[in-house]
Amino acid sequence: MWLFNSSIGRKVVMSVTGIALILFLTFHMSMNVVALFSGDAYNMICEFLGANWYALVATAGLAGLAVVHIVYAFLLTAQNRRARGGARYEVTARPGKVEWASQNMLVLGIVVVLGLLLHLWNFWYNMMFAEVTGISTVYDPADGYAYILDTFANPLFVVLYIVWLAALWFHLTHGFWSAMQTLGWNGKTWFCRWKVIGVAYTTLLMLGFLVVVLFFAFQDCLGCCVG
Amino acid sequence: MARNISFTLKYWKQNGPKDEGHFDTREMKNIPDDTSFLEMLDILNEELISEGNEPFVFDHDCREGICGMCSLYINGHPHGPATGATTCQLYMRRFNDGDVITVEPWRSAAFPVIKDCMVDRSAFDKIIQAGGYTTVRTGQAQDANAILIPKEDADEAMDAATCIGCGCCVAACKNGSAMLFVSSKVSQLALLPQGRPEAAKRAKAMIAKMDELGFGNCTNTRACEAECPKNESIANIARLNREFIKAKLAD
Repeated sequence: MWLFNSSIGRKVVMSVTGIALILFLTFHMSMNVVALFSGDAYNMICEFLGANWYALVATAGLAGLAVVHIVYAFLLTAQNRRARGGARYEVTARPGKVEWASQNMLVLGIVVVLGLLLHLWNFWYNMMFAEVTGISTVYDPADGYAYILDTFANPLFVVLYIVWLAALWFHLTHGFWSAMQTLGWNGKTWFCRWKVIGVAYTTLLMLGFLVVVLFFAFQDCLGCCVG
Repeated sequence: MARNISFTLKYWKQNGPKDEGHFDTREMKNIPDDTSFLEMLDILNEELISEGNEPFVFDHDCREGICGMCSLYINGHPHGPATGATTCQLYMRRFNDGDVITVEPWRSAAFPVIKDCMVDRSAFDKIIQAGGYTTVRTGQAQDANAILIPKEDADEAMDAATCIGCGCCVAACKNGSAMLFVSSKVSQLALLPQGRPEAAKRAKAMIAKMDELGFGNCTNTRACEAECPKNESIANIARLNREFIKAKLAD
């Protein structure tokens, strides 16, 4: 099967799973922004996405995408290191047009995965996982708003989430146009277009996440100052 | 006005693919800056030979930038710090008095060192043999006028065809990927009607050979196009991806 045993096929798998994960992030960001306006509305979404069968199926699918993307990332990196050979250059230089992110996608990806594990522990474990297994939690599993308030009241989590979002920004600014390039939907004209679209889309996406983190971080702080 | 420069030359010595290899260092004195880089290495070798030492081995042939034989990874750049030029077209005026100039071979598992900075690039010949040609008879030169080809396509194909197969893209790539080379060779034929009948077969065969020979996977860092002496574009890589994916989906 060419998706497994050809170099372009493996890259197609990376591209398709990557684009699917970007679409998921878009959905997730849209959902988060609701919390800025109404805690009740946000909790309605949380309830809708609780232990319902469709939410569980979608979560399993999403986990599958993420696992494929990560496994392939390590597989490709191992192959690429082997292709490079054991000998390293004494002097190296990075030409101007080579983006830093493009040469550090695995490292950025590892930071993203660490952030993801923290995020799953902060939220998913107390929400969907708790609802499925019935373990006791501090707040009601469907009360996502309470978990937001609780998490971002802690400055350490705020900083870690910002680092996480920054790593994702770098990862996606390269990943976006790179996916289009690998799928063959690129050329001399579309190259600049995809790059601009990718940077703009990724920046808006990350700003959407960042606004929510900062809003709840400083809402707490402002509350103290005013109160 | 030509000036003379003196500098430290660090050059890679390796006695065959299994040898560990090491750098030799030499102070080069009063080299005129209108000397080409390869002429400077000729001066080095004259000195080494007159001292009874073994000369430094490096590849070169036409010395006018069209044969693709010269290589050398100079100060962190394949074909040296100049852009859009091969090592043979690099002149010493690019360097300054007192510089340390480090000369290394292409480093890639698919390009084993033969000796010093001469590497075995026959893997590229094997990729071409796998499909980088047309098997159909396309007639004599005058028959070319019988098929009308848009100027843009002809220009694009010609640009792709300027790839001299030097292996610089593989040397520049952190993944040891040969995609810029293969994509240029696929593009030059895919863009022309004479190449279309075998386009799908060609893309599949050349990629299969490229993977088999141990070249890496492209991660779109663009280091290849930044260093390519013929300014090949990664638009060729996108075209190759397109050709390959279409061919596989049509199977």
